[in-house]
Amino acid sequence: MANITFITQAGKSLKLAADSGSVMELAVNNNVPGIDGDCGGVCSCATCHVHVAPEDWEKTGAPGDLEKDMLEFDDNVNEFSRLSCQISITEALDGITLKVAN
Amino acid sequence: MVDRTAHQTCLIIGASHAGVNAAFALRKQGWKGNIKLFDREPELPYHRPPLSKVFLSGDTGVEDSLLKGISSYESENIDLQTGRSVTEILPKDKIVRLSDGETCSYDQLLLATGASPLMPPIPGLKSSHKIFGLRTAADARGIRNAFFASSGKRVVVIGGGYIGLEAAASLRKLGGRVTVLEREERVLARVTSPEMSAFFTRLHTDKGVSIATGRNVTAIEIKGSELEVFCGDGSRYAADMLIVGVGVVVNTALAQMAGLKISNGIAVNARMQTSDPDIYAIGDCTSFFHPRYKKEIRLESVQNAVDQAKVAAANICGIPTEYASLPWFWSDQFEVKLQMCGLASGYDRLVVRREEGDDPHQHSCWYFSGDKLLAVDAVNHARAYMLGMKLLKEGKHPAPEKLEDLSLALHPRTVLA
Repeated sequence: MANITFITQAGKSLKLAADSGSVMELAVNNNVPGIDGDCGGVCSCATCHVHVAPEDWEKTGAPGDLEKDMLEFDDNVNEFSRLSCQISITEALDGITLKVAN
Repeated sequence: MVDRTAHQTCLIIGASHAGVNAAFALRKQGWKGNIKLFDREPELPYHRPPLSKVFLSGDTGVEDSLLKGISSYESENIDLQTGRSVTEILPKDKIVRLSDGETCSYDQLLLATGASPLMPPIPGLKSSHKIFGLRTAADARGIRNAFFASSGKRVVVIGGGYIGLEAAASLRKLGGRVTVLEREERVLARVTSPEMSAFFTRLHTDKGVSIATGRNVTAIEIKGSELEVFCGDGSRYAADMLIVGVGVVVNTALAQMAGLKISNGIAVNARMQTSDPDIYAIGDCTSFFHPRYKKEIRLESVQNAVDQAKVAAANICGIPTEYASLPWFWSDQFEVKLQMCGLASGYDRLVVRREEGDDPHQHSCWYFSGDKLLAVDAVNHARAYMLGMKLLKEGKHPAPEKLEDLSLALHPRTVLA
């Protein structure tokens, strides 16, 4: 089980937990505002953009090539940007914090 | 002050991308009253695009790609009623009637009735355990079952549009012997350029899918356990199963019976309101004036469904909002991801940019009318797609000769005219 904290654009903190699936699915199933996942998780829409807390960057890892390209011209992109549909939930993510980007 | 919506009911017909997103957007925009969401399908609402893609070729079921988890409906107090069909709208009484005879009253009604696969009037062509449209989870399950039950795995797909080609790719991946029959002289004729049609024809042919264009299907015959497809030019094709992907019929029957204005879909204004001010319509079923293209259009896409849902929800909650979104689409076939933004209709110049990387498929098509960028099709090229999205949204136009120059990276700083 991995506990993941989402910080919304409004500054609200939401603590959620899951043991499988993607971070986007966890957020969508719990109505985290700003994470829409319109394309269903196939890295086609960039509506699940998050900023990983710098201290957790090693746990999530860097984006893949396709994801990097999707993020390149997105609003509010920074060096800790990820598309949350491309982050699979494992025990290793336990305790991370993600800020909703848009 | 008591919120005016607290004792009202917003009733939504159709729980796919449009209807479900509208329900959640209503709560987000402050709707305090009841939200009732009806759908005739029995499943929890699911993502439709995977039906012709990973759902056909993989081991995932629709339960793996739900639009929202069941607990989300409970936590947002959305009364989701699956497996229930609305048969009639009585706008004067503000009531809908369900197939079981029950009635349900509404204050605001939202139609998200979508579309159904078109079954053209060809002798012998009707849905059966071997002949399928592809729109619902039940259709996709039927296709999978028929495919695995057949020994020959011969699949004929009628119609070389996106659905037909995606289904062809998915079943080919599973070892099917797939033939696509297209009536026009090229696949994707109605939806993209000759260059993209040629690319996808080559991709499918290389993978072993047989693509036959100029084939007008005139009859289907069932011969024992086999189907035979006859075309106008005398050609015939034997098959174990048939998939029909020749377009859709818009589900306007309820709206029509209710006396709403129809034109190639349920007519709505920029606020997604129909000719009855208390009835809104969203998604594939709507016909609307798009301010970006200055004409009345109908769009079949997730983007259109989701964005129209948000606009309708805001207006229902008393927040005036107008629809003007940039259209975007995607398609996955074999190892190719096609991403499209804008509408290329009316282009007079096309710039094809082929990158010199490891992926032989990677390229992008930039459609112009004069100096004005209209649309971008990007093949395995998310960067080109996202740049296209950004430029189109900002109303900026790249210079064709700069796009053609491979020494310039794709970036707003380098490609602008």
